[in-house]
Amino acid sequence: MQAIEFKNVSFSYGSEDGRSEVLKNFSLTIKQGSFVALLGRNGSGKSTCAKLINGLLIPNEGTVTVFGMSTAEKDNLFEIRKRAGMVFQNPDNQQIASIVEDDVAFGPENIGLDREEIKKRIDFALKVTGTEGFRDSQVARLSGGQKQRVAIAGAIAISPDILILDESTSMLDPKGRQEVMHVVRTLNKEKGMTVIDITHYMDEAVEADEVLILGDGVVKAQGSPDEIFAKKDIIAECGLELPRSAKIAESLKKAGLPLGDGILTKESLSERLCELLRKI
Amino acid sequence: MRIVAENLNFTYNKKSKFAVDALKDVSLTIEEGSFFGIIGHTGSGKSTFIQHLNGLIPVENGRLTVGDIDLSGKQKEVKKRYKELRAKVGMVFQYPEYQLFAETVFEDVAFGYRNFFPDAQPDEVKTAVFGALSLLGLGAEYLDKSPLDLSGGQKRRVAIAGVLVSNPEVLVLDEPVAGLDPAGKNELMALLHKLHDSKRVKTIVIVSHDMDEVCENCTDVAVFSEGQIVFKGKPEEVFKNVEQMNDLRLGVPVTSFLTDELKKIGVDIDTDFTQKDFIEKIASHYKNNK
Ligand SMILES: Nc1ncnc2c1ncn2[C@@H]1O[C@H](COP(=O)(O)OP(=O)(O)OP(=O)(O)O)[C@@H](O)[C@H]1O
Ligand SMILES: Nc1ncnc2c1ncn2[C@@H]1O[C@H](COP(=O)(O)OP(=O)(O)O)[C@@H](O)[C@H]1O
Ligand SMILES: [Mg+2]
Ligand SMILES: [Mg+2]
Repeated sequence: MQAIEFKNVSFSYGSEDGRSEVLKNFSLTIKQGSFVALLGRNGSGKSTCAKLINGLLIPNEGTVTVFGMSTAEKDNLFEIRKRAGMVFQNPDNQQIASIVEDDVAFGPENIGLDREEIKKRIDFALKVTGTEGFRDSQVARLSGGQKQRVAIAGAIAISPDILILDESTSMLDPKGRQEVMHVVRTLNKEKGMTVIDITHYMDEAVEADEVLILGDGVVKAQGSPDEIFAKKDIIAECGLELPRSAKIAESLKKAGLPLGDGILTKESLSERLCELLRKI
Repeated sequence: MRIVAENLNFTYNKKSKFAVDALKDVSLTIEEGSFFGIIGHTGSGKSTFIQHLNGLIPVENGRLTVGDIDLSGKQKEVKKRYKELRAKVGMVFQYPEYQLFAETVFEDVAFGYRNFFPDAQPDEVKTAVFGALSLLGLGAEYLDKSPLDLSGGQKRRVAIAGVLVSNPEVLVLDEPVAGLDPAGKNELMALLHKLHDSKRVKTIVIVSHDMDEVCENCTDVAVFSEGQIVFKGKPEEVFKNVEQMNDLRLGVPVTSFLTDELKKIGVDIDTDFTQKDFIEKIASHYKNNK
């Protein structure tokens, strides 16, 4: 079964002032167990997609189904939200309880797990997000990045089948971003958790199995990172850019160094560069 | 206007069991004319430090002077100068567009001006608002728009215009490009450079988690860790410390990583780690040796 299916979805926020449609006859399938990076310029509809998936928004036309359940059926919403966890863009919108531990406990309690299991989930989530030290702290008194980690812990504690990260690592330090990506990747590999990572970091998108670009209300491109970052025209047209190492590689090639194609990471750039310069 | 901090200390929730030493003996000079980068791990004290610069957090212990304003003097005296200070040191918070509230772009930016010049005549306000918006590349067609109708990058620029409108000498921005798409990010950084180059804003201080961006754009860098400054200097000096920067959870720009890897195979490249310089140096090394 597909984890997520958008079928001919159209969506706009209210029509009073004739604002144009955010999604236009939009179709998309996301396979169970995949790790997808969702890209697109500001306002292209990424967060709207995320909210359509967990039924916070309902399409004007067409259907969104999560594991075969339509988000338009009210009776499905509890089950859908249990299975599709979401971390919002701004951690201040996510916070529920005032103490970190209670905040992380909210999800597992809400889905009716027993005490033992709840405790296990909280311990795990706090540990993997590096927030154990803040267990008894007040969320409001944490730094921006610390709040973001707590929000991620809250989603992980639910152990959802689908995890949607909506720019959830934007305030983390570089190591913190790597750590969160590592945890999420591990859950994806070991538990088959489907991941949708909405991000503006091209270096993060390179790590995904599949990259999706939103633009003009439709999917502009979908494919492996190699395929997507070879489409330079679409990348530019959609306000995106190449990963940093790919950009440097392009410039070095222009300056006459035969580095070859397909360089997307700093590791692969370093390998090719060392190989080339070692020989001379 | 020069900013000098000497042995600045700050503790949140003092006297409670939740006390957090957010700044420990922080000493730092930010020279007029610099484009200063503040970096450090999550919770290292960056935001706490910059909030001292315009009096949002009062000096508790240590010295801090901003131009001729001594913020570590008697609090009663210091408070009298807050308005003057805040007009001179503009502060842009994380995700500032969440604080846009007026019905039109004009009103939002005008609020920033009237805040400091309550007696200003309508014409004066208009001139200031037009000026600030055009500095950020937003033309007259934006004046009557609702901020809600703008893209993320445009909203961010309106929010920054609301701070620039009072003509600050120093502009402090906490993660100014977080959440912007790559095109918006590049545009905003270019605009900040324009403001700086034209001396419209003399000094710019940014907090960032993006090492490549800091290396490309900043004249000076300070690295915070657990409330202390562990490195300060030019980007090319700071980013030489590859191993330490990794341990500090920050890493280094791609150019510095590559320079370090090349060194391990005996290829020494002398670069300031800006992309332009790095590419030139590598290209000439290749041409000269092949
Ligand atoms: N209002 C507050 N009350 C209590 N403690 C706080 C408060 N704000 C921050 N802290 C604590 O002070 C320390 C420094 O926080 P600060 O916000 O300055 O960090 P930062 O470097 O800006 O982090 P980030 O990159 O995550 O934004 C952290 O340990 C944080 O938990
Ligand atoms: N609550 C809302 N009310 C009205 N318009 C909205 C709302 N949320 C988003 N929009 C508009 O919908 C479009 C898509 O926004 P969004 O999904 O947030 O984009 P992204 O996450 O890709 O930046 C934008 O034009 C935005 O201004
Ligand atoms: Mg969004
Ligand atoms: Mg901060």
